[in-house]
Amino acid sequence: MTTWNGYRRKDGSVGSRNFVAVIPAVTCANDVANAICREVQGTVTYMHHQGCCQLPPDLDRVTETLISLGKSPNVGAVLIVSLGCEGTDHQRMYEELKATGKPTEIIHIQELGGVSKAIREGTDIARRLVIEISSQQREPADVSEIVMAIKCGASDTTSGMASNCVIGYVADKLVDLGATVVFGETTEFLGGEHLLAKRAVNKEVADKIYEIVNAMENRAKSIGCDMRRGQPTPGNIAGGLSSIEEKSLGAIVKSGTRPIQGVLDYPDHITDQKGLWIKDTPGREPEILTGMAATGAQFMCFSTGRGAPQGFPSMPVIKICGNPNTYENMKEDMDLNAGLIITGEKTIEQVGEEAFEKLLRVLNGEMTKNEAIQYFSAIDIHCLGPVI
Amino acid sequence: MGELKIALKVNDLDNVATIFANDITDGMEVEIRDKKGNKEDTKVIGDVPYGHKIAVKDITKGEQIIKYGEEIGIATADIKKGEYVHVHNLDSMRGRGDLVGKEAK
Repeated sequence: MTTWNGYRRKDGSVGSRNFVAVIPAVTCANDVANAICREVQGTVTYMHHQGCCQLPPDLDRVTETLISLGKSPNVGAVLIVSLGCEGTDHQRMYEELKATGKPTEIIHIQELGGVSKAIREGTDIARRLVIEISSQQREPADVSEIVMAIKCGASDTTSGMASNCVIGYVADKLVDLGATVVFGETTEFLGGEHLLAKRAVNKEVADKIYEIVNAMENRAKSIGCDMRRGQPTPGNIAGGLSSIEEKSLGAIVKSGTRPIQGVLDYPDHITDQKGLWIKDTPGREPEILTGMAATGAQFMCFSTGRGAPQGFPSMPVIKICGNPNTYENMKEDMDLNAGLIITGEKTIEQVGEEAFEKLLRVLNGEMTKNEAIQYFSAIDIHCLGPVI
Repeated sequence: MGELKIALKVNDLDNVATIFANDITDGMEVEIRDKKGNKEDTKVIGDVPYGHKIAVKDITKGEQIIKYGEEIGIATADIKKGEYVHVHNLDSMRGRGDLVGKEAK
C-alpha cells in the first residue's frame, strides 16, 4: 500500500508542510505581515490586494477565503494581521481559525500604535508560534488523505497533448485510490462544458457546471468586446492555440475521465469530500492558486507549455512541462519533462508514473523548484464586484 | 524523431492536425499521423511555427474547424488541405461580447 508522511491536524487533515501563516486581513496590512515574515523562519504570508471598499458579498468572500487559507493542512499556526478599520471580518477570522484547534493569534496595527510597534509585537508572536509547532513530527498518512489541486498555465498546443494528459493520468489514479482532486479555470471550460457536464454525477451538478460557465462568459461579454488577447492570451496564440474553445478542450484533459462530484465556490474549504471536484475559479495564476490553496490542497500539479514558473507560499506547485523546447530552455523552473511524450520517447503512462512518484516525494517534504527559490509572492483573491 | 516532420491528428473527426516540428516553411512536406498510426504526406501551405495547425482536408468558409473531435471555431475563409490554420482564418465563437446583439440582425 502506498503511504506518505505528513503533519496531522486536529481537524483530521494532513499537511505536506508546517508553516506559520501570517495573514493580512486587508491589503493595507501587507507590509507589516511581510516584515514579520522576513524576520521569522518558517512563516509565509499572502500579499493580496483586497479587503476594504468592496461590496459586502466580496468582503465576505475575502474573509472566507482568508479563513480557508488558515485552515489549510499545510498551515500549523496562524497570526492574523489586521489594520483595525478594514471591511473584512477579522474577528470572525480569528474565532473560526481558533476553533480549528490551531494556535491562532491576531494583532491590530492601529490599536498597537502603528507599524513599527505592530511589526515588533507580530515578530514576537510569530517567533513563539514557529517554535511551538516546530517540534511536530510527520506521521504516516494514506493516499486517500491526499488533496491534489491541478491547473495549467502559459499553455500551448503541447499542453493538451502531453502535460495535461499526464495530470489526467495522475488525477484518475488518485481518484481510484480514494483521494480528492480539484480542478478549476471556469473560463477554460468554454467550448468543452458539454463534455464536463456529461461526467457530472447528477443533473444538479451538470446544471451547475453550465451555470458557472455561463456566468463567467456573460461577465466577459458584458464588456462588449472580443475576449481574445485576454483568453487565449498572446502567449497561448503564439503557441498555436487559435481560440478559447481549443484552449479549453486541451485544458479539461487534465481533469482525467472520472465522474465530477460537485462544484465548489471560490472560498470553499473541503472537509471529507472525495473524488473529483470543480472549483469555480478564473484561469489567472494569482487568483486560482489562492483559491486552490484555500480548498485545502497539500500541493498542486501545474501543467505548462510556454513556461509558467509561479508557485504559492503555502502550497508546493509541481511544474510539468509539455513542450520539449521549453523544458530545455527553462529546466531550472520545470520539475518534470512531459515533452518526451511529444518527441515519442516516453508514453503518457510512463511520465504519469514519474509524476505520481514525484508528488509523493513532494508530499513527504521534497521542495519543488519554485518553492526552493521562493517564487510565489504574486498572489490575489478573486472578487466579482468593483472596488468602490 | 527530431528529423521527422510530423503533424498529429488527435481525433478521426478532426479537419486539422498539429505540427510538432521546428522551422516548417511553405512548400515543405509533413507526415500527418493519427492515433491508429495511419500516415499521409501533405505539402504545407504557409510558414507554420512549432505547435501550430494545418488543415488535413479542404475546409469551406463558414465551416466548423474540428480538433479533439469538437468545434474549436469557424473558418473565416476557404482553407485548402495543408494550409496553415490559425487566428487569421479561424474565428472563436465564445466570449464574443463584440457580437452581442448582432446575431439577431
